[in-house]
Amino acid sequence: MIKAILIFNNHGKPRLIRFYQYFLNMQLQIKHLCTNKMAEDMQQQIIRETFHLVSKRDDNVCNFLEGGSLIGGSDYKLIYRHYATLYFVFCVDSSESELGILDLIQVFVETLDKCFENVCELDLIFHMDKVHYILQEVVMGGMVLETNMNEIVAQVELQNRMEKSEGGLSGAPARAVSAVKNMNLPEIPRNINIGDINIKVPSLSPF
Amino acid sequence: MSDVVEKTLSALPGLFDSQTGAARITSRLRQLVKSITELTSKNEEESLIKQELSSMKEQVSSPNTSMMREIMVRAMYCEMLGYDASFTYIHAIKLAQQGGVLEKRVGYLAVSLFLNEGHELLLLLVNTVLKDLQSTNVIEAYMALTVVAQVFPKDMIPAVLPLLEDKLSYPKEIIRRKAVLALYKFYLIAPNQVQHIHAKFRKALCDRDPGVMTSSLHIYLQLITESPDDYKDLTGSFVTILKQVVGGKLPVDFNYHNVPAPWLQIQLLRILSLLGKEDRSTSELMYEVLDESLRRAEMNHNITYAILYECVKAIYTIHPKAELLEKAARCIGNFVLSPKINLRYLGLKALTYVVQHDAKLALQHQMTIIECLDHTDFTIKRETLELLFRITNAQNVTVIVEKMLDFLHGCSDEHTIIHLVGKVAELAEKFAPDNSWFIQTMNDVFSTGGDLLQQDVPNNFLRLLAEGSESKEEDDQLRLYAVNSYLTVLKGDASHLPQRFLQVMSWVLGEYAHLQESVDQREVIRLLTQLLDQRSVSSETRVWILSALTKISEGQTDLILDLAESLSSSQDTVLRQQAQELRQLSQDSQLYEWVLPRGAPWDSMEVDSSLSFLDGFVSEALAAGAAPYKPPHQRQEELCEDRALNLEPYSFSLPVSLSSCSITDRQSPTLLSVSSGLSGNSTELSQKAGSSTLILEGVKRVWGRDGYLRQNETTAPPVDEPSAAVQPSGQQEAAERLEPQPEPSTQNQDKLQLASSLFVGLGAGSSMSLLGKSEAPPPRFRKKPRPHESSSSSSSGTSERSSDSSSRSSHSTTDSFLYGSLLEEEPATSISAFSHTPKSSTANGLAQNKDTKEDRRANTSQILGGDMVIVRPNTFQDKHPSLVSSDLTALLPADLKDLPHSDVISLTSDPSLSLSSCRLFRDEALLLVILISNCTETVIKDVAVQLTCEELETASLRGNVMNCLEGNSTSVCHYALLMDEPHTNVSFTGTVSYQTQPGHTNTLSFSGTLSAADFIRPLVVSTEEYGKLWLSLSHDVKQNLKLLTDASDPLRTTLNALKDALQLHVVDIIGSEGIVACRLLSGAPCLLHCRVNGAALAMWLRSPHPALPDCILYHCQRALAQH
Repeated sequence: MIKAILIFNNHGKPRLIRFYQYFLNMQLQIKHLCTNKMAEDMQQQIIRETFHLVSKRDDNVCNFLEGGSLIGGSDYKLIYRHYATLYFVFCVDSSESELGILDLIQVFVETLDKCFENVCELDLIFHMDKVHYILQEVVMGGMVLETNMNEIVAQVELQNRMEKSEGGLSGAPARAVSAVKNMNLPEIPRNINIGDINIKVPSLSPF
Repeated sequence: MSDVVEKTLSALPGLFDSQTGAARITSRLRQLVKSITELTSKNEEESLIKQELSSMKEQVSSPNTSMMREIMVRAMYCEMLGYDASFTYIHAIKLAQQGGVLEKRVGYLAVSLFLNEGHELLLLLVNTVLKDLQSTNVIEAYMALTVVAQVFPKDMIPAVLPLLEDKLSYPKEIIRRKAVLALYKFYLIAPNQVQHIHAKFRKALCDRDPGVMTSSLHIYLQLITESPDDYKDLTGSFVTILKQVVGGKLPVDFNYHNVPAPWLQIQLLRILSLLGKEDRSTSELMYEVLDESLRRAEMNHNITYAILYECVKAIYTIHPKAELLEKAARCIGNFVLSPKINLRYLGLKALTYVVQHDAKLALQHQMTIIECLDHTDFTIKRETLELLFRITNAQNVTVIVEKMLDFLHGCSDEHTIIHLVGKVAELAEKFAPDNSWFIQTMNDVFSTGGDLLQQDVPNNFLRLLAEGSESKEEDDQLRLYAVNSYLTVLKGDASHLPQRFLQVMSWVLGEYAHLQESVDQREVIRLLTQLLDQRSVSSETRVWILSALTKISEGQTDLILDLAESLSSSQDTVLRQQAQELRQLSQDSQLYEWVLPRGAPWDSMEVDSSLSFLDGFVSEALAAGAAPYKPPHQRQEELCEDRALNLEPYSFSLPVSLSSCSITDRQSPTLLSVSSGLSGNSTELSQKAGSSTLILEGVKRVWGRDGYLRQNETTAPPVDEPSAAVQPSGQQEAAERLEPQPEPSTQNQDKLQLASSLFVGLGAGSSMSLLGKSEAPPPRFRKKPRPHESSSSSSSGTSERSSDSSSRSSHSTTDSFLYGSLLEEEPATSISAFSHTPKSSTANGLAQNKDTKEDRRANTSQILGGDMVIVRPNTFQDKHPSLVSSDLTALLPADLKDLPHSDVISLTSDPSLSLSSCRLFRDEALLLVILISNCTETVIKDVAVQLTCEELETASLRGNVMNCLEGNSTSVCHYALLMDEPHTNVSFTGTVSYQTQPGHTNTLSFSGTLSAADFIRPLVVSTEEYGKLWLSLSHDVKQNLKLLTDASDPLRTTLNALKDALQLHVVDIIGSEGIVACRLLSGAPCLLHCRVNGAALAMWLRSPHPALPDCILYHCQRALAQH
């Protein structure tokens, strides 16, 4: 089971969080003491701790981290990938294959890339709902639903068509952002490396 | 970053047609994001979001659906940042309820993000989900399925279940797939609810769409993890599927980087390894496909490594096959040597797993392992240490422990520290080469582990010191060393030491300081007193120190009185009480001698835990009008009754211990009797502090748990010299492989040296050459065997307590808590007990019998080769087989005679033979005895009995074939039957073939039924054990039964009636509640909790086996109906 999926940027700002299991603080686990609010605080703590753990690590170390104390227990594992400005972290239990999840992250990112045409952090911010819909096609309730990118894209597009026909909520900014991206604005200051905000989907080199 | 956003945003308005509604809506979110990115401090962000939330609150109160969607997205954004937007939850549900498809989508997404499974608002969603599941619009059904799989209230599963089942045969595959996953989710949260649709899971596995099949593997992986034996029949299917996948039979769509359906392969390999574990015949089915997978998975992409890794794990898990093992070992080599760090990590993991089976593999990669030990990556280091832990033996323990401690010193992750420190302690206890090393290492453990340590580490250590080994001299040396070492530590600065360490030190000093004669006791007292004054010492530790002082205070009255004086004004009541006790004791040396006898063996101390010495006091107080004592949970209950209406706000103010007590009480009906034996908190506390016995009692050992124990056993053999001698060839080979390494540089020299010290003792041959020292010292600390340690420590004393219960109990009592291991062992032993019962011994046993008839029988049986027992019908002359006389039971073999048995019933008959059967109840099996009587005068030849029953398993059989059956004689044949899966009733059929004349075979078929009641055996447990067991069981069923009201004590009468009908064991009857225990043969227990509820008996059953309670309930109902 996948227990949680966290995406945050290099500064620890959450960009997407999706918990499939509610992590509660051990002391509060006596049921009636634990409200929704506390579960949320716990989630924020987990995000912070995970960011703390992951951001410390170089790019040349391995992509696995064994259970921090918050997420709890030796059964849990963090599997993450770092793309340009974003960290994609999956928290899984021992029933998942490490390398399998690593490639699942790749599939997810490639799908985002396809859906948003050169995905960047901005897309995740402005289209949080869309990203959630895409994620729902990949992972449902903590279980891997689909790993075939074409299939995922087809499902998402089906839903997008439905949206467009109703004059969608986020159709406009999508156009806007991609327009901005393609405009190549000369007034963008030099010191900002615009290439950096694009998530580079590395072509996977053969071993 | 924020500049870019700003630029983008400022460019946006020009792109919008500012007149459209869409643009206006999104502008709110845009505004929000924009302003947040502009902020610099957390405070500003907070106030901004507060503002935003309050404006959203206003907006939601004036509903406008097109607005709502946008508000939801904003609310999600706020929640993601950690702000509370709970006022939108209800609107999310509303949106899902009322909106069009788009609104629904946002609504459902918001609900699944906002609410957790237990949230009460979810109930409002149930109807919407039901409606959408039935909707003809695919998209709506699709969304409803998604939300069902994400969050759904457990209690409402039955409502939605039939709809989901329908969806399993929906034409669109994506819907079927989602339905399967949703059912899996239900299985995870409420396994009982989906019991009945296992057949549908099978259908999903055979679905024509590979996607649906893949989804169903999730379920099977889970099911097979829980009980591999139930799904062995599917092995063939899984192998076939994997074969097809590996062979590229799937559509190209399923390929990922040219690898056919890798995730599917991973799942299948995991399932296969579970199925093939410790099962030779099943494993044999999969050798071929595993080989194929290994071959096909060429090393060219990440994902193929994932498959290879699973393959290797599977190969090492299933019944071994040399050829595959060799390939797998090579694979692991590739992993470990890979420059890719991720693969190396997996290689280490694989090695860690594999060294349990094959330690020499680690030897091959020792240089790599040493490199990994110095790796900068924390994860790799940790995994390497895990590997080293597995290969530790008496020879390399010092080096390995040193490495572990080094790592610990530089580690800040709490979880890792706790984990690793426990391992160091375990290794130290098991392999310590000498006293000084042991104590030093434990000191390190205590000071590094600090107060994160699990309580059982210090407990085990103290226990080891206290119990000692066989030799008193050695024990005293160890204790003396500990005392010396602690005195040195205490003389230094002790303020920074963790509390646990201080507690251990003070206990040891208190118990054993007298062993050190060269140090003045006053000095010890001074050091301890100094500790007491330190501010950093917690009050719990103070109690420990004070009780240590009490123990060594003898003869030092002046010092002690001062101390007692200063403490008697302490704020801590426990301390004050102890100081008081200390004063009393120091003034009365006789009392002191009696309370704290010096040098008395620790286990001779007796503690009257029932506090019976207070009985007089209690009765006096009661007579004087005091209120009788009520256990805490009872008090709590009364409180609850008083405040039945408004419980929530008040329950917060109650002490936690009380509320937690009420929770456990809800789960365990037996707590009443358990806790009533204990008295108030204060006595418990003082006992804890005052006597060593209580601290140590009931402490679990880390290495007592299954996992650790198993590993230890498996790593042990390589040290064993005899076993090394048996298979030297493989190890020599390993050694040879090591030798041709290039001439090492000086840096390498160090590593080589480290290698030789780390891997010493792993493979006998090579280790000798590397180290030149071959002595493997025996484990240093061997604990004294204690009488009740054989049963698990939690149930110690079981046998004493229940020895006075019924005579049939002795076997089952000790095993009752070992249910897990019992499952594995018991059937095996029962089978062997049966099949090993030597034929001759049967005859001998009979021959000893003084009865002449028996004698003769024995003789005949010996003549006939002892395969059966033939009786000359001296007593049995009955020509009418339908009227079966109970005398038939006299024909039973002597070893079965004493077993409880049923009446003999006639099965069938024909002119020559008549068959009757009788059931004998053995603890671990049901014996079905078939009596074959020859009704003719002539000899019947070649009699063979064949019995078939699909649901039952035949553990052994005896006497089913005989060469001849003489006229008017009866032969006995019996089957030991086992029921693994509970069935309410099972029917058996069988045939008897025989020859009246040569060449002329007749057959006679028979059939009968057995009920589950035949397989139920009483489970004798004490009330306390029952309580523990109750909590550990998962599957429960509740039902109201008829109460036999005609007697004066209806509950007792009813329970006795049940007991008679079903062989239950009535554990206890307390007031209007009764607890009853039984088990399925010697397997799964079932606990029954009965409560008189008006004119009915409320029965609550629990068992680890899902079907057992239903089965027992059925028979209870029948028994009561018949009564």
